[in-house]
Amino acid sequence: MGRKLLLEHIDVPGIETFDVYRNHGGYKSVEKALKTMSPQEVVEEVQKSALKGRGGAGFPTGMKWSFLAKPEGVPRYLVCNADESEPGTFKDRYLMEKLPHLLIEGMITSSYALGANTSYIYIRGEYYFILEILEKAIDEAYAKGFLGKNILGSGYDLDLYVAPGGGAYICGEETALLESLEGKRGNPRMKPPFPAIKGLYGCPTVVNNVESIAAVVPIINIGADEYLKIGTEKSSGTKLISACGNLARPGVYEIELGLSVEEFIYGDDWCRGIANGKKIKALIPGGSSVPILPAHLITKTATGETRYMSYESLSDGGFASGSMLGSGGFIAFDEDQCIVRNTWNFARFYSHESCGQCSPCREGTAWMEKVLRRIENGEGNMRDIDLLADINKKIEGNTICPLGDAAAWPVAAAIRHFREEFEWHVTHPQDALKGNYGLLSMPSITL
Amino acid sequence: MVKVTIDDIEIEVEEGTTIMNAARMIGGDVVPPAMCYYSSLPGTGGKCRTCLVEIAAGSTKDPRPMPKLMVSCSTQVQDGMIVKNRTSEKVIENRGAVVEFLLINHPLDCPVCDQAGECDLQDLGFSHGKAGTRYEEERRTFDPIDIGENIKLHMNRCILCYRCVHVANQLTDQRVHGALHRGDHTEISTYIEKAVDNDFSGNMIDVCPVGALTDRTSRFKSRVWFLNPMNASCECTKCSGKAVVWMFGKQMYRVTTRQDKYGEVEVVDGKPEWICNECRFDKKDLSKWTIEGPRHIDRHSVISQGHYEKPNPLKNATKNIE
Repeated sequence: MGRKLLLEHIDVPGIETFDVYRNHGGYKSVEKALKTMSPQEVVEEVQKSALKGRGGAGFPTGMKWSFLAKPEGVPRYLVCNADESEPGTFKDRYLMEKLPHLLIEGMITSSYALGANTSYIYIRGEYYFILEILEKAIDEAYAKGFLGKNILGSGYDLDLYVAPGGGAYICGEETALLESLEGKRGNPRMKPPFPAIKGLYGCPTVVNNVESIAAVVPIINIGADEYLKIGTEKSSGTKLISACGNLARPGVYEIELGLSVEEFIYGDDWCRGIANGKKIKALIPGGSSVPILPAHLITKTATGETRYMSYESLSDGGFASGSMLGSGGFIAFDEDQCIVRNTWNFARFYSHESCGQCSPCREGTAWMEKVLRRIENGEGNMRDIDLLADINKKIEGNTICPLGDAAAWPVAAAIRHFREEFEWHVTHPQDALKGNYGLLSMPSITL
Repeated sequence: MVKVTIDDIEIEVEEGTTIMNAARMIGGDVVPPAMCYYSSLPGTGGKCRTCLVEIAAGSTKDPRPMPKLMVSCSTQVQDGMIVKNRTSEKVIENRGAVVEFLLINHPLDCPVCDQAGECDLQDLGFSHGKAGTRYEEERRTFDPIDIGENIKLHMNRCILCYRCVHVANQLTDQRVHGALHRGDHTEISTYIEKAVDNDFSGNMIDVCPVGALTDRTSRFKSRVWFLNPMNASCECTKCSGKAVVWMFGKQMYRVTTRQDKYGEVEVVDGKPEWICNECRFDKKDLSKWTIEGPRHIDRHSVISQGHYEKPNPLKNATKNIE
């Protein structure tokens, strides 16, 4: 087992209450930051730690913070993005459910660093029960003087609010999130201006993922130098991985970045291999929007090197033979799974969740979904496969926000690596209706 | 002032100008098509993606090309920027794809659509579209509804440019319609039918690039290319009173705003000349208008084929009306 920075005390009974959390070293980073460090020093520490955003894109958090505009007389905001909706990703849920105070502690330290006096946690509507957990924790923090006016006598004020969304994937995109938080329809904004210049209510805003904000706590506690020693050269620290699919022991794991993929899938400390003694067929390492990897590219890269759970190793080979660490939604497929059905399922998700603002995404995602449904249901043509490949080329990069890319990548990768399976669906429509590629009896799902 | 090169033509423009507006200053074929951008409505643009251009060099300071195509309506020019519009194969290909996307759910009911002849999507399909379609699925459909006393909404034809939403936000005191649902099921609608009832709501019809919003007082009366557009003005307390009246003989079929060659309302002294609903829907009588002369429409080929304005237009036109 590797070192644990976030989930160290997760199994302690009552850790969701303030007192237990405090007894286990909680809120130390707030004390350290507010009493001994200037806001700029906190920012520099996070910058030095090379923490990469844990929400999916992997943008360095410290760099994002350094972009924040600081005009005089204008409030600044920190918004925590807890709109975790990517299929296969459930790490933030686990963290917030079990360790609400860790997120609150991170929010206080980060808000102090950014000079924000009001901060928000934007949580997806389906996590309403977590909203209640968080609000209870926030009340406790207020009562103990860690939130509100003059925190720990430092003269720093902070109000923290939890705002629930309506349950839209698109509101996880930072500008759509801000629109939604402002009470508007959750449509992504045109960029530039970026939120760091003009964000919430037109003021400079930083939007960070739950895990990124939580990771600030250990960075301040142990220091950036110590944090840099964990993980690999380019991917520092630990990462929560939500492992699911046909794994023997799925769940949320905190790994040190740089663990080998093979060890993570088959190791006794981790997922313990594929369920029911089957073989792995494909892997999606970072949430549904990242490219799928076929069996031969999972533990080894195209050049034959060992593949590690890190930002750089998983994306080795680009999209041709690599993928992305993304949000850490680790989905494994065993030999019985149908890639076409799975791709269709994801396409259905993206077409349902497209905001409908820009034409390539609105029309393209729905078109891909319809074509994939036809192929899966034995009504496809050979030309449909090329059509799909062409549609996703035309969506990619032409949309306002990354949802278009997120919808296009999995389809493109599935066709790239599993073209034979698509072709089999076309040439064996009857078999495709009854079962899967080269496999048997999958109960048909009706919509 | 910054220098920008668009399709090998250099122009000096003020800082903060968008690529689209810089291209419009050059004019002609350099101008990228726009379906959602509307210069008199701040906040529009960026949605339809038809105005995508390639940026071959970002600026003099940072001459790297931009990896993605950028929307010219919302991207500001930088000094030394090199933009490729018609000269880029990538742009032509992707613009064609956008047209395809816009058309896959469009009913193509031009033969019965009142917008035919002055429709931006027709023009765009003609210039950038393909003759055939690759779309074999069922199109999404909605029932036409009356969103106001005088406005008909055919959601099937809508391309979701959001211009009408901006009109309601910016010209009327209260917006009562907007986008419902999401994805390809997004629809422009009101919660309550006929709820749009505002002095300037009729301008939605003019900003609509397709036949999604049509004038109930003039629909199905005549094809636009059979009508003679005339510049006309009237005394109006609510609006500028400057409009175009569309005549068939001595009969007035409809009233619209005066539109420039980009299909946008004319701006005089920095003020866009929107017209009020009274002028648009209720004054269908020549006695209420002063005819200034024929309106030259150079944008939509079908209408301008009329050439009715050629021989001494002003004199003839006024004589006819008398």
